[in-house]
Amino acid sequence: MIIEALIAVTFLAALVTFVLPDRYAGKAAFALSLAPVVGSLYMWQQYDASGNALLGGNIAFETDIAWLQLGQYDIHWMVGVDGISMPLVVLTTVLTTLAIVSAWTPISERQSQFFGLMLLMEANLLGVFTALDFFVWFIFWEAVLLPMYFLIGVWGGPRRKYAAIKFFVYTNIASLVMFIGFISLVFGLGDSISSFRLPEIAQALQAGQLGSFAGLSAGALASVAFVAMFFGFAVKVPVAPLHTWLPDAHVEAPTPVSVMLAGVLLKMGTYALLRFNFTMLPETARAFALPIALLAVASVIYGALLALAQQDLKRIVAYSSVSSMGYVILGLIAYTTYGVGGATFQMVAHGLISGLMFMAVGVIYNTTHTRMVSDMSGIADRMPVTAGIFVAGAFGYMGLPLMAGFAAEFFIFKGAFESTVMEAMPLFTGAAMFGIVIVAGYLLFAMQRTLFGPFRFDGDYDITEAPFHDVAPLAVLLLLTIVLGVSPDIFFTMIQDAVNPILELGGAF
Amino acid sequence: MTPLQSAPQWFATAPAIVLALTGLALLLIDTIDPDSTNNGLLAGTATLGALAAGGIAGWFLIGGTGMESTGGAISLYGDALVVDGMSLFFTLIFTSVAAMVSVASYDYLADQQYQGEFYALVLFAATGMTLMGMSNSLATVFVSLELASLPSYALVAFLKKDRGSIEAGLKYFLIGALSSAVFAFGISLVFAVTGSLVLPEIAATLAEGTELVGVLGLGVLMIAGGFAFKTASVPFHFWAPEAYEGAPAPVSAFLSSASKAAGFAVAFRVFTVAFPLETVTEIGGGSVDWSLLFAVLAVVTMTLGNFAAATQNNVKRMLAYSSIGHAGYALIGLAAITTDGGAANGDVLGASMAHLFVYGFMNTGAFLFIAMVEKWGLGRTFEDYNGIASKAPIAASAMTVFMFSLAGLPPFGGFFSKYALFESAIGSGFWWLAAVGAVNSALSLFYYSRVVKAMWIEEPSKPLEIGSQPVGLYVAIVFAAVGTVLLLPGFQPVIETAQTVAAALF
Repeated sequence: MIIEALIAVTFLAALVTFVLPDRYAGKAAFALSLAPVVGSLYMWQQYDASGNALLGGNIAFETDIAWLQLGQYDIHWMVGVDGISMPLVVLTTVLTTLAIVSAWTPISERQSQFFGLMLLMEANLLGVFTALDFFVWFIFWEAVLLPMYFLIGVWGGPRRKYAAIKFFVYTNIASLVMFIGFISLVFGLGDSISSFRLPEIAQALQAGQLGSFAGLSAGALASVAFVAMFFGFAVKVPVAPLHTWLPDAHVEAPTPVSVMLAGVLLKMGTYALLRFNFTMLPETARAFALPIALLAVASVIYGALLALAQQDLKRIVAYSSVSSMGYVILGLIAYTTYGVGGATFQMVAHGLISGLMFMAVGVIYNTTHTRMVSDMSGIADRMPVTAGIFVAGAFGYMGLPLMAGFAAEFFIFKGAFESTVMEAMPLFTGAAMFGIVIVAGYLLFAMQRTLFGPFRFDGDYDITEAPFHDVAPLAVLLLLTIVLGVSPDIFFTMIQDAVNPILELGGAF
Repeated sequence: MTPLQSAPQWFATAPAIVLALTGLALLLIDTIDPDSTNNGLLAGTATLGALAAGGIAGWFLIGGTGMESTGGAISLYGDALVVDGMSLFFTLIFTSVAAMVSVASYDYLADQQYQGEFYALVLFAATGMTLMGMSNSLATVFVSLELASLPSYALVAFLKKDRGSIEAGLKYFLIGALSSAVFAFGISLVFAVTGSLVLPEIAATLAEGTELVGVLGLGVLMIAGGFAFKTASVPFHFWAPEAYEGAPAPVSAFLSSASKAAGFAVAFRVFTVAFPLETVTEIGGGSVDWSLLFAVLAVVTMTLGNFAAATQNNVKRMLAYSSIGHAGYALIGLAAITTDGGAANGDVLGASMAHLFVYGFMNTGAFLFIAMVEKWGLGRTFEDYNGIASKAPIAASAMTVFMFSLAGLPPFGGFFSKYALFESAIGSGFWWLAAVGAVNSALSLFYYSRVVKAMWIEEPSKPLEIGSQPVGLYVAIVFAAVGTVLLLPGFQPVIETAQTVAAALF
């Protein structure tokens, strides 16, 4: 019952925060959000799962209660974690708490609503990463969008209305397409399943129970469902060319919301790709390996090039997310233990590092009220601590050894080179690796022009070091990035254990 | 727990009796001292009466009164009334809406003169609706339909110094009178063909065949027209936006939720019991086959309602048209019935009833929020709603729940009720109806989210003054919102009950 308790406590914290007076909301939200952090760490400590949750593995903290019956299928309240979801649960709770602290300075109006919505989003995210029944999962999946819509639309920048609507429309249409794809798969399975529980569906699909539906043969149905689901998740990831909502959402969103968006929400897409597309339909995935690898490389290179062309620090970090998530897709399609495991590891690593980068940009913005590279120079003179952490985070992004980003990218590239899904895989991997060079290029370029050199600032604000509560979450994230980089086994053995069953059935071993 | 095993049979109509007695009691309270008004006492009595009736209906429903497990439907007064699971299920909808409306009216009526009359009319209308759900004869159908309609006309025109309200009441009354006449004429034609008014007897006579196919067809068509009026379905929908807009907002809530559900209750029973599809398709080569009629009506109603809603600038009118759209979804319950459906027929009709149940909460709540905005005197257009969330976050959160639930978004009750409806339509082979419904539902997000956007994201164009904190309205709105949210985890008993009691009709 610990997962239910975790979600319920977070929901209650959201409600309490929502009705509190504004001036207590920020501190209260922080204090309340420590409960899920402690809960998730306790879960991690007690964690005893093995194998993959969908493929007959032993699931930790599993609950499976019949909930309601619609037509011939049962819906179960089924939650549990395995090695893929456990790291993401910890990432969600930790990052939310840090994002809440980083919101103390920039959020000055309607605070109780803001912090309430942040906690509400956390509760729904925990649901997404623990639900193992399609309907339960889908309810949480969609429920994440609503707080996000308000967080961007109410507290965002000047073009917040446009960005919020664009985010809402893109992701909702994507969800609808994905929903139709998955449901057609379920209908194609016919009588061989009796519920929407993901393990049951995955195992029925492995057993070759997929029949024809709506005039499509089993193979065609699998392809159509795969494409529909891939489209739905790729928008969320986002994979180029479906990424256009992301820069708008990121730039308009307030810093703490960008942290959540890049740190956790994008992972919903890759997590779902791994759970649904790559676990349930491995043969179809291998058949689509070429276009998927192309999309992955295109995301990496195109995202990095776009970042290179930006003048806005936040846009630079935003586009670099497109690039980093491209690596995840590359790792997934590699279908090797290091590829898929590295992709999962990259979800956590990118969550920490992109959170760190967005927060650092946010701290600079809180002080300077500008994010334009051309407006400032030599900021490190006045804000040495922030600048130092910014630089360290950027090195993490570039893949400096002993930081989480390095470990993740190393795993992915190793896995992608070993991949046998298609002949040309080393070629794609090499092309994607070139992305690292561009990343290093734009990050060094941005840092050199904003942080170093003689001090210059085109504005009327005093540039002084940020207050402790702004810098503290940055330091915590940097520490976690280094810990994860020095000792990737904290999560990687757990991830590998959950990933290997997928590869066995993919035939890649 | 089987209530009524030793009680007399008429006791099964207790919910209707309680509603009627409460209405009379309200008039009595008002008579004791006609010049003074004790709004709290009146609203409290009305709410308690509605809740008591709902409680009894729920108790009967749980106890299995009138259901197969306890010996089947209880038939009263020469089969004129029948108490079964379906009538109790609908009674639960009527009474919960009536209770919410009564609580909310406490504030809305604070400055009005004729308070006792208002609550009494609401309860008499609810009595009529409850009787509609129980009617097993075309005569009682007609009488109870008028009992529900006449108080409604008065309620719509209740603000007698407001031109809009008077105009709406007049329009509603004239069209209502016209469709009553059409309906009565349809009844007489059916009587001419079958020689009976009792629904099962009509079916039995029809099963023997008839020469007068044309007369019967015309009669069925006219009866369908009467229902289309009551449920605000195309082509008899055009009174609805006018009446809902002009009426006091709690009355709009009452009419668009409870009155509509009552129309569906009686339509479901009349068409499945008196004109069973397998019988009427045998007559005259299938010329009285009403399932196609309802399929067309469903598609036209939901599409027209949605598109008209999308073009409105007035929130109340938008909700009125969206309520027409929802009538289209509910019509799927009749449209997707097939002759060889078996259990699928009960599933789809039950899904339609479950949708009406959820709709009772979310739509009532939405109109009550409009009542609150009217009470604040903010105006009715989308622009007038700008920035409300910054002044009244709790009420705006509740309205957000209603809007997203009406659109069928996952975390709320409307998601499951729509999913169940479309899924059971696919199960009956009507995948195209489900597809039209799903597309409409996706489009509806556009205009529902406009309200949300206005309340939360837009800046108010003029300084926003929210003077009073109407307690009754707040209670009703929060109650409806909690209901809408809890109907997601609690959907199982609703859909299970609805499908069980619907299956008993076939």
